[in-house]
Amino acid sequence: MGEFKVHRVRFFNYVPPGIRCVAYNNQSNRLAVSRTDGTVEIYNLSANYFQEKFFPGHESRATEALCWAQGQRLFSAGLNGEILEYDLQALNIKYAMDAFGGPIWSMIASPSGSQLLIGCEDGSVKLFQITPDKIQFERNFDRQKSSAIRKMIVDRQYMSVSKRKCIVWGVAFLSDGTVISVDSAGKVQFWDSATGTLIKSHLIANADVQSIAVADQEDSFVVGTAEGTVFHFQLVSVTSNSTEKQWVRTKPFQHHTHDVRSVAHSPTALISGGTDTHLVIRPLMEKVEVKNYDAALRKITFPHRRLISCSKKKQLLLFQFAHHLELWRLGSTVATGKNGDTLPLSKNADHLLHLKTKGPENIICSSVSPCGSWIAYSTACRFFLYRLNYEHDNISLKRVSKMPAFLHSALQILFSEDSTKLFVASNQGCLHVIQLLEGSFKHLHTFQPQSGTVEAMCLLAVSPDGNWLAASGTSAGVHVYNVKHLKLHCTVPAYNFPVTALAIAPNTNYLVIAHSDQQVFEYSIPDKQYTEWSRNVQKQGLHHLWLQRDTPITHISFHPKRPMHILLHDAYMFCIIDKSLPLPNDKTVLYNPLPPKNESDVFRRRTAHAFKISKIYKPLLFLDLLDERTLVAVERPLDDIIAQLPPPIKKKKFGT
Amino acid sequence: MTGAGGVASSDPSGVCAKMEEEESIRVVHCGGSELNFRRAVFSADSKYIFCVSGDFVKVYSTTTEECVHILQGHTDLVTGIQLNPSNHLQLYSCSFDGTVKLWDYLDGILIKTFLVGPKLYALFTHHSAEDSVFVTINKEEPDVFQLVSVKLPKSPSQEIEAKELSSILDYINQSPKCIAFGRKGEYVAVVRDFYLSVYFFKKKTTSRFTLSSSKNKKHARNGFTCVACHPEEDCIASGHMDGKIRLWRNFDDDKKYTYTCLHWHHDMVMDLAFSVTGSSLLSGGRECVLVEWREAGEKNKEFLPRLGATIEHISVSPAGDLLCTSHSDNKIMVIHRNLETSAVIQGLVKDRSILTGLTIDPKTKALVLNGKPGHLQFYSLQSDKQLYNLDIVQQEYINDSGLFQIELTKAAFGCFGNWLATVEQRQEKESELEMQMKLWKYNKKTQGFVLNTKINMPHDDHITALCFCNAERCETLTLVTASKDGHFKVWILTDDSDIYKKAVGWTCDFVGSYHKYQATDCCFSEDGSLLAVSFEEIVTIWDSETWELKCTFCQRAGEIRRLCFGRLTCSKYLLGATENGILCCWNLLSCALEWSAKLSVRVMEPDPQSENIAAVSWSSEGSDLFVFKPSEPRPLYIQKNVCREEVQWGVFVPRDVPESFTSEAYQWLNRSQFYFLTKSQSLLTFSTKSPEEKLTPTSKQLLAEESLPTTPFYFILGKHRQQEDQKLSETSESELVQLPVTENIPAIAELLHTPAHVLPSAAFLCSMFVNSLLLSNETKSAEETPDDVDMEEEKESEDSDEESNFTEHVQITSNTDFREDIIHQLSKSEEKELRRFRKVDYSWIAAL
Repeated sequence: MGEFKVHRVRFFNYVPPGIRCVAYNNQSNRLAVSRTDGTVEIYNLSANYFQEKFFPGHESRATEALCWAQGQRLFSAGLNGEILEYDLQALNIKYAMDAFGGPIWSMIASPSGSQLLIGCEDGSVKLFQITPDKIQFERNFDRQKSSAIRKMIVDRQYMSVSKRKCIVWGVAFLSDGTVISVDSAGKVQFWDSATGTLIKSHLIANADVQSIAVADQEDSFVVGTAEGTVFHFQLVSVTSNSTEKQWVRTKPFQHHTHDVRSVAHSPTALISGGTDTHLVIRPLMEKVEVKNYDAALRKITFPHRRLISCSKKKQLLLFQFAHHLELWRLGSTVATGKNGDTLPLSKNADHLLHLKTKGPENIICSSVSPCGSWIAYSTACRFFLYRLNYEHDNISLKRVSKMPAFLHSALQILFSEDSTKLFVASNQGCLHVIQLLEGSFKHLHTFQPQSGTVEAMCLLAVSPDGNWLAASGTSAGVHVYNVKHLKLHCTVPAYNFPVTALAIAPNTNYLVIAHSDQQVFEYSIPDKQYTEWSRNVQKQGLHHLWLQRDTPITHISFHPKRPMHILLHDAYMFCIIDKSLPLPNDKTVLYNPLPPKNESDVFRRRTAHAFKISKIYKPLLFLDLLDERTLVAVERPLDDIIAQLPPPIKKKKFGT
Repeated sequence: MTGAGGVASSDPSGVCAKMEEEESIRVVHCGGSELNFRRAVFSADSKYIFCVSGDFVKVYSTTTEECVHILQGHTDLVTGIQLNPSNHLQLYSCSFDGTVKLWDYLDGILIKTFLVGPKLYALFTHHSAEDSVFVTINKEEPDVFQLVSVKLPKSPSQEIEAKELSSILDYINQSPKCIAFGRKGEYVAVVRDFYLSVYFFKKKTTSRFTLSSSKNKKHARNGFTCVACHPEEDCIASGHMDGKIRLWRNFDDDKKYTYTCLHWHHDMVMDLAFSVTGSSLLSGGRECVLVEWREAGEKNKEFLPRLGATIEHISVSPAGDLLCTSHSDNKIMVIHRNLETSAVIQGLVKDRSILTGLTIDPKTKALVLNGKPGHLQFYSLQSDKQLYNLDIVQQEYINDSGLFQIELTKAAFGCFGNWLATVEQRQEKESELEMQMKLWKYNKKTQGFVLNTKINMPHDDHITALCFCNAERCETLTLVTASKDGHFKVWILTDDSDIYKKAVGWTCDFVGSYHKYQATDCCFSEDGSLLAVSFEEIVTIWDSETWELKCTFCQRAGEIRRLCFGRLTCSKYLLGATENGILCCWNLLSCALEWSAKLSVRVMEPDPQSENIAAVSWSSEGSDLFVFKPSEPRPLYIQKNVCREEVQWGVFVPRDVPESFTSEAYQWLNRSQFYFLTKSQSLLTFSTKSPEEKLTPTSKQLLAEESLPTTPFYFILGKHRQQEDQKLSETSESELVQLPVTENIPAIAELLHTPAHVLPSAAFLCSMFVNSLLLSNETKSAEETPDDVDMEEEKESEDSDEESNFTEHVQITSNTDFREDIIHQLSKSEEKELRRFRKVDYSWIAAL
């Protein structure tokens, strides 16, 4: 495995925005999550809860409601009074339509999916007809009539009038005529909609109950409170042989520390998200058929994409935030020590650059060139390229102006190893290759998407010799382009699960692909086929503990001097795969501790297998090899994130 | 607790054969048995509450707290009681003796006995199974129990064999709290360790739900402690070691079952009970707080705090108006549905170790010992009832494990019960001893003890003995404390610094020591002239007038554990029991050892009524009792193996009415009774019959109606009935009312009880007898208090109507009868009355 000097970076001051809404789509088993900065993320629950798509946020677009309609169309509405529809293929916003009712607080689709209902700040409720490519205003319910609406509706404006000093945060309308309301008094109340009478009241919290979601079968629902507790309610029969049923509160789940702003109820799981930025998926044990690893609790905190890029030559790290970029130069040390020692820094890390974006839009992606003299980033409608000049300790930044019109938005940016080429994946599915010159650029070529598909490419990898470019979308296979001849070289066959990371090995030009089901493939680009090792892995199968890891592999890199090694990492471990060693089978210990020095060589060889795993650094956001002997690891401890959140509701803990 | 039953019936081995004509003496339990062993059961009308108590079932009235009946018949510990579901005036009970008995509890009659056979550990009945009961029996291995249904055959005979057992569930918990029958008896829920099993009678299937029992911190205390079933819904409540309550639903489906958690208790849930309608759930535990969960909501709960001791059991009356909690301090609290305590039935508190030993309060003749934490309990041996608790420590008791509590270690009465001295201490570390001595004065007005003097750290180390000088000739009250710090201190009652010289307090008068040895015991001679203090192996005798050391005895036979002076004719002897098992008797006149015997004495108690001294020795076979006079080398009475356990404390209790044992061996029991307490805290005594038999509950004779509460209806109906009676016997009433109660007149008693041949002639007796029938002046004045007279006057002034005329008439007749007799000793009130009569027109008498 070898010894490395590791830069343990903890100054990436990233705080994920809090979750505002979650919406579950039963048809595609996907989950849409909107965050407080307007970002919308799509998680594929079938693909190991992988965050496959995301739509960047916008300063003025605070999403208040999110819903799926007509199969897989996703709509959101927010405080700017607009209804948005998202294009899930091209990963952009299809259109925005003003509802003319002030800020929109709530939105729901009718069960048939053909109508959309919104509740506005002015107290009006508006009905929209969903047409194949747009939505159309149909009618307006005024405040008096709104009680006649037979659909689930959330509107705290007029509900707050009817209740003294108590805000109803959410209601659910069941098909049997029962209305369930959750309010700021901590109550979950059941009402008879025909008579308007209270049937039952559950006091469950000392603080607000903020969200409610009902299962499709209407036999269970879930509520989230401001104390961070999620309660599950179930409809159970009063006695075993009678048809009389009652709602009972069953299990409380305390997975959040802050307000649970939104909950969703999938057929097999309770999903909750809140201010503490965690997305928690809690499977219901009684609904899970096989008690495998899918039945375990999932807690998703960090985005499944890279926010950090690294310039190996200049030892620079570029951190991407929602509205700015930070460039840091790593510290250095002259000290040496034993394995496991912490070395004192002779030179501290330098914050070189703080680059603020222009406009209200969030940064989608960013990159620093390996030579460290180029920085490129993109928002939803603008692309920026900067040239950096280093004069001793001073840095001067110069924006490359006159970007071509087609370069207005990028999903992924990549510099070639020698920093002479820039590859940009745009959201129309095309790939632009740009030649970088000193202070200027030249557009070389655009790879057009395969005929008929508009799928956006969101992962790019270039070979170190600069000849090959691999690009992957969300579902289709990986395309490999020949950069010299500017033509498509081959397509790796599509796999069921989305690609989470890509890289091309030096010299051999083997393409290593990691998928969200934790599978790793190695594809030989020159031979246009999977390598022998990859076939071997598929034949033997990976270790079951490897397949049970719950965060995707986000980065793959290679050791320049050890061609048999593949370095990869997810949020909780980093791993060096040594292809020369035998693969572990289910009986061997996967997470072997570092072998002790005094152990005999025979024993080491007997227990050694291809996967060398280290869990020292977590949560690990980025890890890469700077040179042969040096690693850089960027960690973001959860405690630091919690420290930056607003204080949670104080709860008395017994015995304190 | 289970071992206690064994002693009661066992006849001692050493009963002499010549005592044929007299009933042999046995060691018997004397009251104080546990009331909290099982859940108490209410009668259907909530008038009575039943609880198991040793070999008996006690019936208490819920309003008066009196024991109405004791149902006796079982020959071993009673382990379960249930109302007969088909007749709510009958009660089933089961016992270790292998029988199920059916009682009529109103009359206290045993109706039937069903002989089942094996030891029965718990009993359940249900409406759906009227002809059978459910019992828990032990299988071959220990700690493996089985729930079986016993078919009760119908037969007119008194004793019926019921051998038809059918097994329902195996491998269950012994405690009846871990078994509960569900709605309409359709299922039974059983918990043990980490799982809940539900057996469905109709489907004949068992579902089992297991909680995680892994060793990690979170789940280690998941174990089940108790279970209860909702009376109307399919809902099972289970209590857990970590204080959680789980409400299980949908348990007929192995996959879709679900549960809710309610968590308030911080320690294990001891018992659970649903209310009759199931709208609320009651739970209790070590916190001494009864929690009522309404509508199974975590936030909707009510508390009844400060119940004094751990709640062991909770039961609810079938009528729904009352509930009761059994506590670890042998107490049953009857609580109204609105969570207000309405009655407390308190037995002998046996919760903790007895450090004070047994003493007798000279005033109430009650047994005094440690009670609730920090309290001294006064327990009446006659009525098997706690009289009251005296709060000595006067601090809120916090119930938590690992907390060092203040312990009440010593108590002694002085000056015929007018003074009480107590010592309390708390020691958290070896070097940190907190100690207080308190002296309490008896207040006649309040009939209780009032704190007079509080002495902080009377000694530097533990106090080993405390004794008052109880001699009558002593002019100043004296108290001596002996301590491990090598000193004994003499405390006397003196005037406190008060100009009125009214306040009194205790101060230290003398500090004595002997070569820095630890003082182990101290004792005053009967006349109070000498004080004996033992310093490890040496006994020192001090003059109580001058506090001079008179002489020392040293036998080199080990540290002296117990010292006592002989009494009456044997007052010249001093007895000392040593650690090494030597009992020494010194003659104080000759200052020499009179005799010594090898006896490992645990308890040595002098009889206050005679010269006798009782000593209880302990060996591995058991405890032996020796009763002897110090002057005689031969013991009066030896009883080998009085009990298997070590006897910790003993005391002689003077009898109210002397017994007349003619046999020489039993004469020591004539004037006082010997009670002793074993290590397992069973209170035992010697008797010819079971003292529970002797305890005739005062209310046993009372009819049920008499213990009725005085409700508004009672006032209306009861008064009405009285008035009717009055009208019926209008004419005769005047005589009847005033007739003296014959039993109270000594003359009549004398006349009737004296043998005829010693009586004087009838003529002589006649006048005396007639005189005795007349109403005496005292009874009259006692009847008519001055208040009454004022009322009469008021009535008079109102220009009385017919009724007041009538009362006047009564008074006249009664007064005129013996006016001559009493005229010379008229009280003031009667003079007033007479004056009034003179004013009244008596012309109507002529018309009579």
